[in-house]
Amino acid sequence: MTMATYTGVLDLAVGAFLLSAILIVWRRDLRAIVRLLAWQGAALATLPLIEGLHERELEPIAVGVVLLVLRAGVLPVLLARAVSTEDTERRESTPLVNTTASLLITAALIVLAYAVTRPIIALNPTETTRAVPAAFAVILIAVFVMVSRRRALSQAVGFLMLDNGITATAFLIASGVPLIVELGASMDVLFAVVVLGLLTGHMRRAFGGTDLDQLRELHD
Amino acid sequence: MGLALLVPILAPLAAAAFAAAVGWRRLSSYVTVLAAFAVLATGVVLAVGLAAGLDSGVVHGAGSLLRADALSVTMLLVIGTVGTLATWASVGYIDAELEHDHTDATGARLYGVLMPLFLAAMALAVLATSIGVMWVAIEATTVATAFLVGHRRTRAAVEATWKYVIICSVGIALALLGTVLLYFVSIHAGAVSGDALDIDVLLAHASELDPAVTRLAAGLLLLGYGTKAGLVPFHTWLADAHSQAPAPVSALMSGVLLSVAFSALLRVKSIIDLALGTGFLRAGLLVVGIATLLVAACLLFVQTDFKRMLAYSSMENMGIVAIAAAAGTELAIAALLLHVLAHGVAKALVFLAAGQLQAAHDSTAIRDVTGVLTRSPLIGTAFAVGLAVLIGLPPFAMFASELSISRALAQAGLGWVLGAMLLLIVVAFAALVRNGSRMLLGPPDPGSPAIAVPRSVAGALVAGVVLSLVLGVTAGPLTDLFRSAATLLGASS
Repeated sequence: MTMATYTGVLDLAVGAFLLSAILIVWRRDLRAIVRLLAWQGAALATLPLIEGLHERELEPIAVGVVLLVLRAGVLPVLLARAVSTEDTERRESTPLVNTTASLLITAALIVLAYAVTRPIIALNPTETTRAVPAAFAVILIAVFVMVSRRRALSQAVGFLMLDNGITATAFLIASGVPLIVELGASMDVLFAVVVLGLLTGHMRRAFGGTDLDQLRELHD
Repeated sequence: MGLALLVPILAPLAAAAFAAAVGWRRLSSYVTVLAAFAVLATGVVLAVGLAAGLDSGVVHGAGSLLRADALSVTMLLVIGTVGTLATWASVGYIDAELEHDHTDATGARLYGVLMPLFLAAMALAVLATSIGVMWVAIEATTVATAFLVGHRRTRAAVEATWKYVIICSVGIALALLGTVLLYFVSIHAGAVSGDALDIDVLLAHASELDPAVTRLAAGLLLLGYGTKAGLVPFHTWLADAHSQAPAPVSALMSGVLLSVAFSALLRVKSIIDLALGTGFLRAGLLVVGIATLLVAACLLFVQTDFKRMLAYSSMENMGIVAIAAAAGTELAIAALLLHVLAHGVAKALVFLAAGQLQAAHDSTAIRDVTGVLTRSPLIGTAFAVGLAVLIGLPPFAMFASELSISRALAQAGLGWVLGAMLLLIVVAFAALVRNGSRMLLGPPDPGSPAIAVPRSVAGALVAGVVLSLVLGVTAGPLTDLFRSAATLLGASS
């Protein structure tokens, strides 16, 4: 793979990665949100895959395949199964922040991500590091989704997006953390999503829905 | 010695596998107690080894995946001690839950599997060589404890579990981002990618780490591990989770898990301080420490629920620990470690006693509980001793640790912090004494239910009271261990 193709595909993947986060902020249909998350996982997996092809190394390719299966396949399927079949449960409830304001906040967060990541780019100004602001933007957007959405599932999606953003950062700045950490972190995320999925089920049984506004028994 | 490092991880894993195979039986529950005791025994063996000048203070095991030094050994002692008390009390606790139909065979089996897994994850967190693996282990504690917190599956328990998993996972994800950034600067400082996150490698390269990115990493790590340690601003999960979890689980989460998360912070602090100087994290720890203490003291004052009261007392103590870490002198760090150990044992006492009070009254409201000392001398005494430790009465160990922390703050020129800390401790003291005496003293209400004390809970409580006394009268044998941990963490004398 030539350098030009490599950077072209890299920029495309990072662009798709950020775009899927913005679209998740825009959409209200829970199943559409889960589909977008799967696309984001695929864009994330592209990063180690093209690096492996570019450097002719096997380990990044293996990591990329694992990521593709996990983040674009297994985790979204687990989440999609937690979306109820009832119509009222399929959509995000009236949001705390309306769509227009959400998109404006998202734009502000992207600008903030550029400001925060300046020291990282300054330390190692390469093609890949220059894409770090996009990964940081996804992290910030994920946190925003988690605090502004009212459905249990949306919070779980936000958590996965947060993790996608961190994994992308790891690939962009240092070609990924050591394999044992990468595998351990992926296992933890997988289990956390399984736990969240089971909890959504318990919640539906205990509360009759997954609106987080109902969680108000515990307070001081 | 290297093989010994595997014991605290493999023994609980084996106990978990056994419980998964046979379910909740007398035998499997005692196998778990044995596994917890094995963690404690390993801690003692390693402590003796380190005192004898073993391997210049650091022991490696399992290739180079595991590593033990004075801090790891101290934390193993805390995990092992509280773990033994909590798993021992679990025997009677779960039997009673089964008897009253609060749980079923499946629930009991799940408890039997998750409890030792929780212990294994904490042991791995303090023994990992790589701070990346340490992160994995600490996140694993969230997964292992999720269904322990929600064991009763009531509405409140499900709500507490959801908040716990979401807030802690997000918080700890920030710590992962911080770890990734440390990896990046470590590689840049010339470390080899395979071991760039190893504690010793990071310490060796600390002075060459890029300050701007390291500062970003340090902030994220403080926020991330601070979440798990119950520090402001992401402390909101703590009271909910600790008040809903079964009593032995609360004892472990409050007495050990918070400290394990904080020890992770101490670990990275030793690296960050070398890279950035002590000022950066000191400022951060002081701000979150005092804020945590403030929130805890205020909420203790208005508390009407005794399990939440105990949870806020944990926050109060973590605030004190954070302030001690900020002071950072040898005296402060050694006192901090004594504080953590004493807190662990005391929290086991009060939570286990509170569990029996909750079971008897079917309520956790302070006003529903009266005259405990006359109704059940054992539960009353255990609760009273635990509270006495927590409010820092002599002869118990927290009196000594808080005194040392105060002295260290004065010596470090942090007089205003000392003043604020003492003021807030007095507020918390007053609240705990008022609520505690309302529950313990006085004549019982007519018609108060009998307080049952299963034999295993009684055993754990008696052991806890004895330990608290011993620790208070003589912490002598441990002083050297705490001192060397402090030196190792780069404390100034």
